[in-house]
Amino acid sequence: MITAANIEKPDEFYAALVELHAGLDGQESLRLNAALILLLANQIGEAGVLSEILQVARQVLVSGSGEAEPTAATAQLV
Amino acid sequence: MTAQSHSLTRATNKSRAIRRTYAGVVPAEINRGTPGHIPVAIIGAGPVGLAMAGELASRGVSSVILERAHTSSDGSRAICWSKRTLEILDRLGVADRMYAAGVTWSVGRVYAGNTTTPLYSFDLAPMKAQKFPAFINLAQYHVEEYLVDQLTSQSEIDLRWQNELVALGQGAAGVTLTVQTPAGTYRLVADYVVAADGCRSAVREMLGLHFEGRTFEDHFLIADVRMRAPWEAERRFYFNAPFNEGRTALMHQQPDDLWRLDFQLGADIDREAALQEKNVSAKVEAMLGPSIDFEYEWVSLYTFQCRRMRQFVHDRVLFVGDAAHLVSPFGARGANGGIQDVDNLGWKLAEVLRGDAPRRLLESYDEERGLGADENIGHSTRATDFMTPKTPAARAFQSSVLALAVDFPFARALVNSGRLSTPCTLGDSTLITADTTTFATPGMQPGAVALDAPVHCQGEPSWLLHLLGHDFVCLVFGATVPSALPPRVRLVVVGRDFIDTHGLVAARYDGTPGTVYLIRPDQHIAARWRHPHPEQIRLAWQRGLALT
Repeated sequence: MITAANIEKPDEFYAALVELHAGLDGQESLRLNAALILLLANQIGEAGVLSEILQVARQVLVSGSGEAEPTAATAQLV
Repeated sequence: MTAQSHSLTRATNKSRAIRRTYAGVVPAEINRGTPGHIPVAIIGAGPVGLAMAGELASRGVSSVILERAHTSSDGSRAICWSKRTLEILDRLGVADRMYAAGVTWSVGRVYAGNTTTPLYSFDLAPMKAQKFPAFINLAQYHVEEYLVDQLTSQSEIDLRWQNELVALGQGAAGVTLTVQTPAGTYRLVADYVVAADGCRSAVREMLGLHFEGRTFEDHFLIADVRMRAPWEAERRFYFNAPFNEGRTALMHQQPDDLWRLDFQLGADIDREAALQEKNVSAKVEAMLGPSIDFEYEWVSLYTFQCRRMRQFVHDRVLFVGDAAHLVSPFGARGANGGIQDVDNLGWKLAEVLRGDAPRRLLESYDEERGLGADENIGHSTRATDFMTPKTPAARAFQSSVLALAVDFPFARALVNSGRLSTPCTLGDSTLITADTTTFATPGMQPGAVALDAPVHCQGEPSWLLHLLGHDFVCLVFGATVPSALPPRVRLVVVGRDFIDTHGLVAARYDGTPGTVYLIRPDQHIAARWRHPHPEQIRLAWQRGLALT
């Protein structure tokens, strides 16, 4: 698994990723992300790498070091 | 303001009172009755307008600065001045004073949730051995004062406090300006007008022109406080700050124990309540901890916009700085962007006024600084969108990026707390000649700003950018000097005109024998070659002046 920065133009990519979800409801966003993951996984291909990525993603969700507690004000933005 | 408590009002009044006040100017035109004719009128004596006058004066162009107020600006404005700004202002003789007075920093720390251990740190000056650091912090009013001190003794500059532009008309003979002063109203005719009158530009209004772009709903609270604090001079940015209800916060050190604290407040807020002292102090005390005493210097709320004028050049009226484009403060791209406007426009205006270049050269200001403005607005908008996710999906991505960034460097590259100002590379500009061979100079291609390096000149230590100065320069490596140069191009030969003491000029410019750089008056690289024919140099020079 590559952990060093490897995305060309990371800011532009991130902005495009967020923009992709513009106007979608929660369920649609989930489906969009699912499609994205499947496409990216196929691009990666290697079973060992994919397996490692699955585990890391789950661990990050559990540890959640950067998780924001949604506040009243940010909730209003939804 | 009404809801502000006494101590905050007192702090604001005190900081306003310590601003420098200048005597209003009663110009000769008032008694003479006939309008004076001047080459350039600059509207606004902020850092950008003042630097514009200095830049033009250094090229022998006279200007009149019209400023409605008679003080330097008040608190809560620019504080971070970039390396490139210092390099530009060094040509005007104020950067050494800024550097000596300011707080030098190059490290930024980013925190998420946890306020004791940073998520990661970054160094904005990975390449050392340059005259100026990545950034210094210094209140804008000090920079304005230094510029005024430096400029008022120059005969080319006529700085008129309490002279307010009230009407403007463009005609064949120039721009007619109607100016109001406490002593009466008078008229001026200028060949060109540089509008440096800020985000609420009166000139823009008078011409019926507008901004395009996005405005943001988020409110931010600025508190400049004086305190003895043990922290390093670093930029500290907090995501999910526990002391700010999970929103963002930013801390910057300024000289004289002054610190800038910036708290994100959210979109729908009670502005009056947000400015009440007990609410402000609750945030400040939660951020600083119980052991630090502080005193307010300035407290205010702001929202921001990422917008620009579609065109910066309108016949004989040229827009610079905040009058032309606006960004959020995250990235220090406002004032630093404005100083780069000055850098780009100054030499072009001087060339056109002297008749050495066609008017088309001024149009290239719009092209090149339009590129710079778009770059600044893009960075500023993306940083803002990262900091304030606007949809559930955006919030999920931000949350996951911050969680991944704890262990994985790739995710740190996606964390965006503001991309700090770097000079714009004008690679696609019509004035720039592209490479025809390869150079091993990462990040420095044609259109980029020439990098500084330490050198020796006549036995004394000096800096390359100082020696390049503000003319068109042919920088030559090796013994073979081009047999002919275009007019007014200064030859600088490595080893003859200066000693590349540490070999850093050769290394940074990939300067093998026979390498030639053509560098513009604003120190951007116009073209470069290995063993060029003089005709190649002449063509690139013509292109650089919009002569072809």
